[in-house]
Parts: sequence; structure tokens; C-alpha cells
Amino acid sequence: MLKIDEKLCIGCGVCEENCAFGAITVVDDLARVNDKCTLCGNCVDNCEVGALFIEEGEVVPKTDLAAYSGVWVYAEFRQGKIAPVVLELLGAGRGLADERGVKLSAVLLGHNLGDSARELIAQGCDEVLQIDNPALADFTDEPYANVLSTLIKQRRPEIVLAGATAIGRSFIPQVATVVGAGLTADCTELAIDEDGSLLQTRPAFGGNIMATIVCPDTRPQMATVRPMVMKALPPDPHRRGVVEDLKAEQFNLTSRVRVLSSVIAEPDKIRLAEADIVVAGGRGLESAKGFALLNELAEVMGGSVAASRAAVDAGWIDYPYQVGQTGKTVAPKLYICCGISGAIQHLVGMQSSETIIAINRDAAAPIFNVATYGIVADLFEILPLLIDELKGAK
Amino acid sequence: MDYFLTEDQQMIVEVAQQITDEKIIPCRAELDEKEEFPRDILRQIGQADLAGLYIDEEYGGYGGGCFDMVLALEQFARGCVGIATSFAANGLGAYPIILSGSEELKKHYLPLIASGEKYSAFALTEANAGSDASGIQTTAVLDGDEWVLNGTKQWITNGGEANIYSVIAITDPQKGARGATMFVVEDTDPGFSYGHKEKKLGIRASSTRELIFKDCRIPAERLIGRRGAGFITVMKTLDHSRPGIAILGVGLAQGALDEAAVYAKQRVQFGKPIISFQAVQHLLADMAIETEAARALVYAAAKHIDAHPKQMSKASSMCKVFATDMAMKVTTNAVQVLGGYGYMRDYPVEKMMRDAKILQIYEGTNQIQRNVIGQELNKEYNK
Amino acid sequence: MKIIICLKQVPDTRNVRLDPKTNTMSREGVESIMNPYDRHALEEGVSLAAQYGGTVTALSMGPPQAAEMLKEAIACGADQGVLISDRAFAGADTLATTYTLANAVLALGAADLIICGKQAIDGDTAQVGPGLARRLDLAYASCISKIHEVRNDCLLARRMMDDGYDELEITLPALLTVVREINEPRIPSLKGKMNARKAVIKTFNAADIGADTALLGLAGSPTRVARVFAPEVRGERAMLEGTVIEQVKELAAKLEAII
Repeated sequence: MLKIDEKLCIGCGVCEENCAFGAITVVDDLARVNDKCTLCGNCVDNCEVGALFIEEGEVVPKTDLAAYSGVWVYAEFRQGKIAPVVLELLGAGRGLADERGVKLSAVLLGHNLGDSARELIAQGCDEVLQIDNPALADFTDEPYANVLSTLIKQRRPEIVLAGATAIGRSFIPQVATVVGAGLTADCTELAIDEDGSLLQTRPAFGGNIMATIVCPDTRPQMATVRPMVMKALPPDPHRRGVVEDLKAEQFNLTSRVRVLSSVIAEPDKIRLAEADIVVAGGRGLESAKGFALLNELAEVMGGSVAASRAAVDAGWIDYPYQVGQTGKTVAPKLYICCGISGAIQHLVGMQSSETIIAINRDAAAPIFNVATYGIVADLFEILPLLIDELKGAK
Repeated sequence: MDYFLTEDQQMIVEVAQQITDEKIIPCRAELDEKEEFPRDILRQIGQADLAGLYIDEEYGGYGGGCFDMVLALEQFARGCVGIATSFAANGLGAYPIILSGSEELKKHYLPLIASGEKYSAFALTEANAGSDASGIQTTAVLDGDEWVLNGTKQWITNGGEANIYSVIAITDPQKGARGATMFVVEDTDPGFSYGHKEKKLGIRASSTRELIFKDCRIPAERLIGRRGAGFITVMKTLDHSRPGIAILGVGLAQGALDEAAVYAKQRVQFGKPIISFQAVQHLLADMAIETEAARALVYAAAKHIDAHPKQMSKASSMCKVFATDMAMKVTTNAVQVLGGYGYMRDYPVEKMMRDAKILQIYEGTNQIQRNVIGQELNKEYNK
Repeated sequence: MKIIICLKQVPDTRNVRLDPKTNTMSREGVESIMNPYDRHALEEGVSLAAQYGGTVTALSMGPPQAAEMLKEAIACGADQGVLISDRAFAGADTLATTYTLANAVLALGAADLIICGKQAIDGDTAQVGPGLARRLDLAYASCISKIHEVRNDCLLARRMMDDGYDELEITLPALLTVVREINEPRIPSLKGKMNARKAVIKTFNAADIGADTALLGLAGSPTRVARVFAPEVRGERAMLEGTVIEQVKELAAKLEAII
């Protein structure tokens, strides 16, 4: 429960301003807490006089933290391939494991796995635990959660990472529930604290704030990690590691959900309103050919294309891609405007984007007033170079 | 301003407000551009129990009066007068049945309209019968136990989209004004078809279409009220519906004021938001004064009509004239506040200005309304 | 069919901003709303009940003010609202939340179908649905974008995946989480609002649902928030100067830091 030390509180109101839930009000120079409090701790961190503190009730019997060792990565395998995020997780996991001085293991579940395990070792892990079984051919939550939670109970890793993909975010919470572990969703940063515990940083409140989460008293520490954030290591085909084939019989592989069919959709069916990255073009693109360049940039970045009204009216792109007063309103994490002047009717459709990047020839274009980063340049010079640069980085 | 609405009336406002903000406003520009009938929105209005606001509870409605209807229509019009007109025209089609229909007709048709399952329309106007309704040329002749209709109705709101039409036709030509009768015609009746769909200046989401009756045969019991009482039903219907048109003006003006004020705060010229210039402030102030004055008059007239259903012509006409002339002026000024942007289709005020004009024309032009008020005054001061 | 919809009242995060200089959160104009994903869960439950017959219970864990949201759920077609509220729940992470909700569901006498929104917009964890399914030992699938048909002992539904979708047969009883694509939530109706006005929201505390306080709230939560801060790029404003090559290099570095 959030407590207020009435002797220390000076009624400054910083806590009231800080509370996203409206749970604190200052009355008669004293902060008071109401039922909306979620114990997020934001006010405690911000109180300059230390008048606020969270009183914990009975402390849960501590897990024997030392009994847990090793970093695990769930190696998502679908449609005959290892998911790209797994390689990124192995890159991040390698760093964490080295810092802790422990083994990095990958857990690979599926059917017809081929020599995927070799690939995982080349990407940085020391050990692969795999089950190749027809019951795991299609993804359903129950058997996957059963296998992973049983393995965790048996072998006690200290850290378990998985991609924040449709699959990872679906069944990993079930695993955490079974093993009673703390789980942080959609992390964008991982680090090891001085005391050896995992610092898990993630966006909250729709990306408006960042929060660092820890699990002080329990193990394993589990996290799903946002794809395209961590860096994969360059593959090393000579790396040595152990592949352990586990007997499927020891696990409950039954499922009350059956996959009748799977359909792979066209990759360009990204819905503009939900895209995290939007690359938008305006009059400055000069032609439909200019949009071909924009499409290429969007593809390299894994984003969706959008346009200002001027570009739609010119017929370079269809109306569903229009952003602004008469089009869609978007608020992606990243909005890149190419050759858009920034007329008010466009701005209302995109100004809540987290980061806005503007490229325009006209240094006086109003778009630069809302841009996080701006570049005054010729699009046709800069876009091809940028595309090459980003391709090179992959 | 606080009009001291009851809790129930406040609820009607809230439901209509949410439909307007979440459903109507996001699609109004597209429906206007495509001249598309707002079928999905009318369905959602029905789902929210507002389609039968003015229909008695025993026929599946809410059992509200003129004022309840006005509260809902005000919100819809704030979003789009084209959509609000499609909704209001439903009421216009249903009113002849409500006011003069037999128990059988009421039981059969009103629940369908109240649930939002079927739409209705009111068919009076013809090429030679506009403000002067006595020029009607559509005829109905009794043949055994069927009426046979012949003629063409023009500019019928919801034409081609509605399922239930209240149609006036001449049954006894020699009797003049007492020779017209109203009928219910269904969209599936033999001999009934649709003609030309009009291209309009405004309210483009609404459908305005010709109805063609060519030996259209309908059962005898589809007659609304007595034979020869058609004009009385028409007049009563229009008296009931006029405050509905008046409130469309109020809602529209409110929508225009909202757009203009928000824009004036955002738009910076000479280093300041334009709302800080007195020239703009005065425009906005006049818009606010006129909108509020019209709202007060329409609310008062609607309450008067609910309390005194027999003496409503003057109140009904007065509010229609005042509120719709006001709407034309306020929407024109909203375009002025937005300047060049206001004239472009990027902002909704140009559509609002286009939509306003019809309010001064349909359901009796504002000139005809003044005639009605003048005649009422003449009667009053005779006493 | 007995259907339970789990709803969460959340701050409207579209209006929450952290001032990067003072590190204070501005909550000016931040209202409490029904989590937008949960609206779709509710709509699906109400329309399934209308199609196949059944009752819809709206269930929420939250402060007493969440009762208003449950009334809104009734206005949108739910038959009843149940609020689980206790100061002991404060500070619950998803593990403690699923424990609490599971006890509440059992106190309500189980259900044939439980529907949750995919995630809540304040935490964005998407962990409560799957965790609750596990605690109640229910068949489960996430990110459902369409329910094709409900049969006696199973239902047929479509699940969104990163690369397309799967068609599933899910045994009942089950718990599903749904995405926005599944339906268009209805506006509360006039009759619904009238029902809501009269409705009494049942409220249970920790003892009523037989919960062990050691597993509730902060005490029952393995995770702790160590620090809250503003995303770094926010507020920073810069024009990238130099030659075209330098501009491109610098921009690419910024882009890689963001994505």
C-alpha cells in the first residue's frame, strides 16, 4: 500500500502531477492517496523529500535464486524456418550469458526441424534442447506451454527470453503462469544489474513512457522481446555446441485446439493505421516513380507507405494511403515524411507519431516544426543512398 | 446553455452524440463525395433504439414526442445534414400512418420502422405541385378491392432506398382539396418503379428520386385515414416535422461553429492565432449568439407542440424559418473564418454551407412559412 | 451459453505524456475509459449470446470507479456486471491479476466461454488472457479475428499470426483473446442505458472470492517497476547537417536506434 509520511510531506504537488492514474490529490498541503493507486511507484521516485513509500505486506518466501542458472532463448520455428527474432535474441542472450558467466541455451520445438539446431549454434548458443515431433507441427498454446514449463521446472534457467511475436506473446504468458515467474512483455532493452538480476526495459502507456522492470525475488526472469530491436551476431559455422534431443514421451503434448489450415498473407497487406513504421510521400516525390523509391524504403524498413493529399490527388498512390484531415490518422512509432511540406491538414493526421523524420528541399517547410529530425536535401539524391545504407546494415 | 433536460432526455442526447462523433463524422465526407445512402449508419441508429423515438411503445417505439426527436436530430445534423435528412425523412414517411392510419396499418408498419428494419418516405411533391399542393396529378382509382395508382412523384427523399411510402393521390378530382387521399405503397408493389436520381448541391448522402406509378395496384386497406382526408394528413404531418427541419439548422450551425472556433485557435497568421483578432472574434460571437437563440426557439416550439398538438402551425413555422435562415448565415460565416481552406473540401465547412441551403427550401420554403405565420396572425387578431 | 467478458478500465493513454525535462507525467485531460480492445470482446460476447442464446457477464478487477465502466458494458448489452475490488489488489502484475480473476470466475461458477481483449492499452502486456486460461485450465487461443461458428462442444475461429492467419477448431469451454478486426463495437443503446441506470453492479472483495492475500496485489507479483522515464528521442529536435553522405549516415544511425 502507498503510504505518506505526514511529517515529511511538504504538499508540493509533484506527486499529484506525476500520477498517471489521478490517484493522488494534495489537500491542505498534504498528499492523499485514493483507490485509483496501482502502486506503480512513479510518485515515490519523484518525491524530493522522500515522503512517499510503498509498504509491502508479508514478503513471499524467497525462491532460492542461486539454484537457477543459465540463459534460455525460445527458438521460434514456423513454416519450416527459424523466426528472424530468434537470431536477435541469441545475440542479446550471448551478451547476457557472458556477463553472468553462464551457458546460453536454445529451446527448439516443432516438426521436421532439419539442421536448424546447427544454425542456432552458429548464431551464438552453447546448447540446443530440441523436440522434433508431429504433435508440435502446428503451433497451439497448450503443448508448447507444457513442454517449455516442464523443462524450466526441471532445469531451472535464470533467464528465459522469447520473441514478442504472435506466438511468443501467446504462449509464453502461460509458461510464466505455470512456473510462477515474473514476465515482462515486449522489451526493447535488456541489461544485467550490479546484483546480477535482469533489467527489462519496455515502453508503456502507448509508448509515451519507458519502464524498467525487475524480478527481485523470483526465478526465472522471463521476457518477450520486440523483434528488430536486438542485434544478431554474425553467424559462425565453426562454433561448437551440444544438441540434445529430448524424449517427447515425458511431456503432455495433447491440445484442445486444432489447426485446420494456415494461410500466409501477402506481406504488403500491412494495415496503415496499425503500422509501427510509416514512410509517407508528398508532392516533392514528383511522380509515381518517386513512389517506387518510397516503396523500396518502406520495404527495407518493414514499414507501410502513406501519402499526403497532394500525392493522392496527383494519382501517384490510392486514397486508402492518404494521411491527414481527409484521410487516416496515424500515430506510429516512426513517421518519415519525404517531400511533404507540412500543411495543417496533413499534420493533424500524423503529429502524434512518436518520432517524426522530415526530408524536404525547402528549409522553410513547416514540416520541420514538428520533425524530431530534419534534413534539407534532394530526395532523389538522399533516398537511394539511405536505402543502400539500411540494406548494408542488415 | 443548460436547458434542464430530464435524465431520459439527456440519455437520448448522449446516444445520438456518440453515434454522431464515432460513426457519422468519420464517414460524412466520403458519403457526400460518393453520393451514397447512409444505410449502415441508419442500421446503427436502429440498433441504438433511436429509429422509433417518435413511435408509441405499443408499436415497438420509445414513445417520445417532438422534443425527444429534436434532441436526437440536433446531434445527427451537427455531424451531417445529409444523413440526418435520411433519418428525418423516415419520420416524415411514418407520420401519416401515426396520425391518421388505421390500427391495422399501425400494427403492420410501425414496428418495422421503429426497429430500423425498414425505411419509409413521404411522397407529396410532383412536377406541378410544390409549394402549391393542389396541383397534384397522380390519381388513384378504386377497382374492385384494389386501388390503382398512376402518376409520377418527384424529388422524394429516401426514394429508391425506402420500403414503405406514404403517397398522396387524387381520388375525387371534382372535390378539389377534399379529393386527395393518402396510401401506403410498398417497394415491391406491382407497377411501382423508380425514376431519375437527382444530383444535388448539398445533402448528397441522402437520396432524392422520382417515383413512378404505372397501373400500380395496392390492396384497398392501404388507404391512410378517410378517403378525401389526404391534405389534412399532409398538413398535420408537416406541422409535426417542421421543428425537425428547424433543429437540423441548429445542429448544422453548431457543427460549423465548432469547426470554425477550433480552426481559429490553431491557424496562425501575423504570428498569432487568428482567434485573437477582433474581426474573427466578432464573426464567431455572432455565430454563437444566433445558434443559441435558434436552439432556444426550436426547443420551445417542440415543447409547445408536445403540449398543444392542435395549435402548432405558427410555432412550427416560426422555428423553421428562423433556424434555417440562421444556419445559412452561420455556415457561410464558418467558411469565411476558415478562409481559403474553408472553401476547399479538406475541411467540412464547405459541405456544411452547401447542406444549409436546402433547409430554407424543403418541407415548405421559408417564404411559404412566412405566409402561414401571416395567416395565423391575421386569424389571431380577428378575435 | 454462459459467457464472461473480462474488462479493464484504463487511462486514455493517447493523452498521457511524460515531460522529458522534468520527468513528470502530464495527465491533463486523461480520462478513464474502457480498454478499447475489451470493447471488441464485449461486442463479440453480446452478439454471440444474441445468435446462440446465453448470458453475458462483464467482469472487471479495479477500483470502485470501474463500476461505471461495467454499467457502460450493460448499456452495450451485457446482462450483468461484476466488480472485484479490494485495496489488497493494488500493484498486481499480470501473475497476481490472473490469480485474482481466476478466483473471481470460479466464484461466479465457471463459464462456457471467456473473452478478453488482446491487451490493455496502459500496459500493453497481452499476458492476462493466456495466464487466466492456464489458471482455469481452459482451451485457449489468442488474437482471434473471426468466430465462424459455435457448435455444441467446440467453436471454429480464425487466429491472426504475424505472417497470415490460422483457422482453428477450439474445444469448449475456452478462453479467447480478440483483436480489433473481429467486429465493430456497437454504441450503447437507449434501452441499454436505461437498464444500466437501474443495474446494480455486484462487488466482491478478496475474501468474497476466497483469495489468499499472499498471492494478491504487490505481494503476489514477482515483477517490480524499478524506474520510469521518458523515451529518449522525444523532445530532442535536430536538423542533420553536413554533406549528403554524412546526413545519410547520421540518419541511418538514428533510424537503427529507433527501430
